[in-house]
Parts: sequence; C-alpha cells; structure tokens
Amino acid sequence: MAMGAENKKTAGVNPDRVDPEKAKSRLLAKYPPKVARKRAKQIVINKVAPDGEVPVISSNVRTVPGLIGQRGCCYAGCKGVVLGPTRDIINITHGPIGCGYYSWLTRRNQTDADSGDGQNFMPYCFSTDMQDEEIIFGGEKKLKQAIQEAYDNFKPKAIAVFSTCPVGLIGDDVHAVCREMKAKLGINVFGFSCEGYKGVSQSAGHHIANNGIFKHVVGLDDTVKEGRYRINLLGEYNIGGDAFEIERLFEKCGITLVASYSGNSSIDQFANSHTADLNLIMCHRSINYVAEMMETKFGVPWIKVNFIGAAATAKSLRKIAQYFDEQALSDAVEKVIAEEMPAVEAVCAEVRPRTEGKRAMLFVGGSRAHHYQELFGEMGMKTLSAGYEFGHRDDYEGRRVLPNIKVDADSRNIEELEIEPDPERFNPRISAEEKAALEAKGLTFGEYEGMMPEMEDGAMVIDDPSQYETDELIRLYQPDIFCAGIKEKYAVQKHGIPLKQLHSYDYGGPYAGFKGAINFYKEIDRMVNSRVWQYMRAPWQEHPELSATYAWE
Amino acid sequence: MRKVAIYGKGGIGKSTTTQNTVAGLAEMGKKVMVVGCDPKADSTRLLLGGLAQRTVLDTLREEGEDVELEDVRKEGYSGTMCTESGGPEPGVGCAGRGIITSINLLEQLGAYADSEDLDYVFYDVLGDVVCGGFAMPIREGKAQEIYIVVSGEMMAMYAANNICKGIVKFAEAGGVRLGGLICNSRKVDNEMEMIQALADKLGTQMIHFVPRDNMVQRAEINRKTVIEFESAHSQADEYRALAKKIDANEMRVIPTPLAIEELEKLLIDYGIAA
Repeated sequence: MAMGAENKKTAGVNPDRVDPEKAKSRLLAKYPPKVARKRAKQIVINKVAPDGEVPVISSNVRTVPGLIGQRGCCYAGCKGVVLGPTRDIINITHGPIGCGYYSWLTRRNQTDADSGDGQNFMPYCFSTDMQDEEIIFGGEKKLKQAIQEAYDNFKPKAIAVFSTCPVGLIGDDVHAVCREMKAKLGINVFGFSCEGYKGVSQSAGHHIANNGIFKHVVGLDDTVKEGRYRINLLGEYNIGGDAFEIERLFEKCGITLVASYSGNSSIDQFANSHTADLNLIMCHRSINYVAEMMETKFGVPWIKVNFIGAAATAKSLRKIAQYFDEQALSDAVEKVIAEEMPAVEAVCAEVRPRTEGKRAMLFVGGSRAHHYQELFGEMGMKTLSAGYEFGHRDDYEGRRVLPNIKVDADSRNIEELEIEPDPERFNPRISAEEKAALEAKGLTFGEYEGMMPEMEDGAMVIDDPSQYETDELIRLYQPDIFCAGIKEKYAVQKHGIPLKQLHSYDYGGPYAGFKGAINFYKEIDRMVNSRVWQYMRAPWQEHPELSATYAWE
Repeated sequence: MRKVAIYGKGGIGKSTTTQNTVAGLAEMGKKVMVVGCDPKADSTRLLLGGLAQRTVLDTLREEGEDVELEDVRKEGYSGTMCTESGGPEPGVGCAGRGIITSINLLEQLGAYADSEDLDYVFYDVLGDVVCGGFAMPIREGKAQEIYIVVSGEMMAMYAANNICKGIVKFAEAGGVRLGGLICNSRKVDNEMEMIQALADKLGTQMIHFVPRDNMVQRAEINRKTVIEFESAHSQADEYRALAKKIDANEMRVIPTPLAIEELEKLLIDYGIAA
C-alpha cells in the first residue's frame, strides 16, 4: 500500500485551518447511511457557550459491528482496571487461561511491596484455567479448588473471583462458591459477575467493580486513622508510579491518605476508607460510583481533582486546603507548591521553545484524554481533537447533564445499588452551611465539569473512534503527537506520527504531580522533536536522482 | 452407512421408539450403532439391559486424553453398538457443549470408520433443539435423515413443527433431510388422520403409526425392548414394520414448516370439529 505517499506532509496547507465541518463529513463519507447517522452523533465539533454549555455527544452506546474500535470488555474494566492494582487481594480469574494471562500487569500498575505486612500478589497471575470439562460439567468445583489452593499457599486476607464470558453462559454461581469458601476459610472471599460480554465497553466492569468493593469491603473496619486531614484518592491507578508522586506531595503537605482506589492500595485501606473526611476523584468515569455511594451511606463528600499537570496539581492541592479550611494546611500547601514549582518551571522554559505550537490528539480512557490536555497546555501545545473510549456524556459535557441522560437497556443491565444512609455511621463531614460557605468561595462538591467545556471551539470531539476515523483524522490534520494505547500505537506510527501510550505510559512515568510533569515535558519534547520520523520515506522517494516515466503514462 | 437422528418433544417416546426400531433392524441382520445424546444417558438401557454404560464424557473426564473406543462403547442386544454421550447434572455446566465434544470424540476414535462396517448410526437426541449443541447431530452432515416422533397432542405437534424449522436451517448448509414422522399414539381423537395431514403439510410422510400398547411399558420395566421381551407380541411386529419401512425409505425432503395459525387450524379441523 502506498503509505509513503500519504505520509507526505502537504506543503502549503496549514492543518490548523482544516474546516472542522468538512473534516467531519470526510470522516463520515464512506459509511453506510445508518452508520454515518450514528457516528455523526458521536463526532462533535466543540463549541462552548458563555454559560459553559457544550453540544450533546452520543456516548456509552454500542460500537457498530465491523468498526475497529479501541474498547476493552467488562472483565477488563472490573479486574484489569479497578481491582487489578490492589496488592494483597488474590484476584482469581475464573475462565480459560487467556483472560487471566493477558490482563496481568499490562497497565504497569506499580505497588509498594514493602509496605504493611509484605503481602504482595501482583507478580502472580491466578486463573482457574477452565477447560472443556469445566464448560460441560460446570466449573464451580474447580473454582472452589482454586480458592482453596490460593489460600493454602499464600494465606491472603482476601480472595476475589472474576467471571469471564463462559462462566456466564454455563451459569456457574460464583457468588455462592465465594460465600461457601468465605465461611470455610474465614477470610473475605467475594465474586464479580463481570463477564466480558456485558455492557457496551469496559465501563460496565468499572461499575460492577465499584458495586462489589462497596458491598463486600467498604465499612468493614471503623478504625480511624491518625491524621488531621484525612482523604481518599479515588480513580488513581499508580500507572508508572503516579500514585507514589501524589503520595509524596500529600505527605509533604501533611495530608493523610486513608485509602487509594486502587493504585498502591491494600484491602485494609478500602475497609476503612469510609472514615476519611474527603474523597478526591481523579478518574471520574471508573470510580464516581464508590464516591457517590460513600457520600450517601457515610456522609463523605467528594470533589474532582486532577494531578496531571503542574498547575492542575497546585490547584488540586489548594482545593484540599480550601475544604479543610485551616491556615496551617493552606500554608503547608503553599510552601510545597513554592518549593516544587521552580524545578518544573525551569524544565518547562527549557522545552517550551521546541514544543510551542505543536499539536496533539488524545483518544484514551474515560478521563485521561481530558487530564493530559493540561500538560500539553503547559508546554504551549494545542489539542486538536480528543475523545474517550468508554466515557459517558457526563465525562464529556459535565455532570450537569446527568438528569438528561437516557438510560438505555445496555446500562440497565448493570446493577445499580440502592444505598441508604447508615443508621449509626452516617455522619455528614461538613454542615450544609459550611458547604454553602465553601461553595461561595468557589469550591464545588460532587461536580465534574467534563472535558468539552475546557476544550477550544472547533476542536473535534470523537467518542469511541474507529481505526478508519483515526487514519482519516491523521491524514487531515497531521498532528505532531497522538496519544492512545497499544492497539493504536503501530498503526499511528505508520503515518510517521509518534504515539504516546497513556494506558501504560510505554516504559515511562510517573507523569502525575510536579515531578511527573517534568518527566512528561522531557518525554514529549523528545518525541515531537525526534528526527526519526522523517526517515519514514526512503531518500530516493524524497529526492529522486533520476526522474522517469513509465511507458504507459 | 445411514446416519439417522431421532428428534421429538420431551417424553414423547423417542428413546423407546429408537431402541425398539433398532432391535428390529438388528433382527434383520443390520449392524447398528446408537449414540445417546441426552445427559441423562438413558437412550440405550433397553438394548443393554440396564443403565450399565459409562458415558463418553465421564470417561473423558476420568481417563484424560487416553480414551479407547472400547471404553465408551458397549455391545447390546443382537450385536447393536451402544454409546451414551452423557453430560452434566441438571442445572450445571453446558450439556450442549458436551454433545459437541462427545460426537467429535467418537469421530476421532473411529467409531464411524468404514472398518466398523456399520449399516446405521442412530442419534437419540434430548427433547427440543434448545441450543447449538443439541443441533450437533444435524449439523455438518453428522446425520443425513431425521425422523420426528410425534403424537396427536398439540404440544408434540408444535414441537415437531419447530424441529422442522431447525432442519430447514441446517438442510441448506449441511444437507440433512427429513425422512418422516413416526406417530407414537397417545390415543387422541383422529390421531392418525391428523398426523397424516400434518405430514402432508410438512411435505413429508407419516412413516408409521405405532399404536399404544401397555406391552411397551412392561418390556421397559424389564429393561428390554418389546422384540426381545415378547418377540411374538403384536407390538413387536409394529416395531419390525417400522424398521422395515425405515430401511426401505427413500423419501428425504426439506420440510415446509407451518405458520402457527395453520397448525392451530389443523388441530381444530381434526381435533374439535370431528
């Protein structure tokens, strides 16, 4: 295929002047009418009204069969994303071996193996390795054996069981097995019906994981951890060590981290996470359910934060100080910011002449495509286009649209827990008056503005992009860097465009906090200014020494 | 070798009819193999004189990959070869997947090889075609002719019509054909005429009308086919007649299933109006 010819950067055309309307019609041109109609609602040209309102974007809907999408499955969301990073729960995949093996540590979630009692099962991959026999005769017996074996070998505090597709088809009752083994072993054993085929994307798995952890773990331990400013960090998965950097900052500020969901986490932290006084949400899509349920049942409020980007980190730390409303914490936070920022600014100033004006595209996750725009902005880079794999409308347009989201049959299929305030333990951390006073000072509770209000007018916002649309978009805009995951990486690189993986960070990171920002500036500077991409075309393609025509021309 | 599958509503008498017919064919000197495709594994008890069979799936489970044909196949009445697929207990696992695994294994072990010199293979299949696994015997040319056991009861006819829909689906891909309806009488009014009319509408034949006789039950209690238990009884001759008709049958059709209104009209015309 004449890839080389398409790589050629069209001379004289300023890609920033690509008419977004025309670009959109080009993305849709080749689709059959019904597909084009559906995709047209998922490809939106951003326009932010003065009150912050943005266009409606269709999302969290089924992928059109035949389109090569980016999405993962329900099991991947439940086991791979939300519960995979916890070190001291033995996570058993109940299914054929591939599901367990290929979801093992692929997100580079790091953990501190030395903390606590030294129980760390992250380097292990547990699976029931279902075979023909279990499919035919049922797999409950083998699952029991696997749980017993895991217990005998490791004596863990908890075992979790994750269902793969065939388990749902043959009807193994993993919950009954877990109850039986919990009674027998005297440790916490709980299961998840997170069969891969459920829902439209991995988002269903996040919800199931949230429900399970809330039902089976949260609230089991009422011990209140020492510390004046006690918080939970939700939706931070310690990819490439992000959580380590954020923990370092908390410690410096004197903020006590009760639990982290679920980067560098332990099940004991989940068990008493309801004793914290504030929940911070990083990845809104994957974890907002736990925050909402904790607020309803225990009275812990939540705020949205973002530790991706130095300015965003400073802003998030200030928000925490604002919530606790004590001079000592505010002083500490300001001191930390003042200490950390000079190094960040120095590196930023150094790379910025080389990165200024470069253009990025981000198609990743359900929050990352939003968060990383901060870092690019700090480097003077522009986001041409962004979108989520599995985000919902509230992740794009903000939670203000929640009442208007039509709940379709696919979403109804995923259990929504009915949560009531706990009769003894419900304790609103701040009074309505205090809350109102903080809100008057600009702190918003239980709110996420979404990605689109922070993006420029005319930027393309694409939900669940297909490989075809990705290719077309790159041809049209010729971005300087593309951010996605491993499935997209090599296809994008064939266009002569560098790709940064924001699921696993390739081999890099951390990118969170102040030190992370420095790492990111350096990494992106290296990538967008690399000369390697100009060698995609052979020298004789660029400068032919002889020119000739074929006889038939 | 002719490959025959017997389908029909649950409880209609598929296993009893199959085994008695097979006994008739064996008496004629035919070499017949019966493959029970029901997790209950009771498709060969009359030929074997009891539930003495180790199922294919149990053997596979216990022996691992080292399974011999002799481990899963037993000789029954008059040289008939009997195998049972077996499967999970009710309510667990996937019986359909079990049938697929079992039939594949029998093929791998050479149960249908030319050297076995079989004249017939009979697949006795559980109830309705509930899922892909239970359609296995009529997929990919495993069975070429189907006989549906039916009676004049509405639900039995309804099931027969549904099975015909399944046959149509696989006829195009795998070449399976309907050989006829076997009426296992429940002494319903106008039963013979009604099934005859149903067969006409389906584009097939009622190959035989098996009258109801308590001798069948008596033989069953004694774990025998009627032919073995009371060889001279008139009911034994009915099964012999059925066996002869099947042996001589050359009618193989792709059925034309009825619309539900048409089927109900048939019942009204023959069942109530008469």
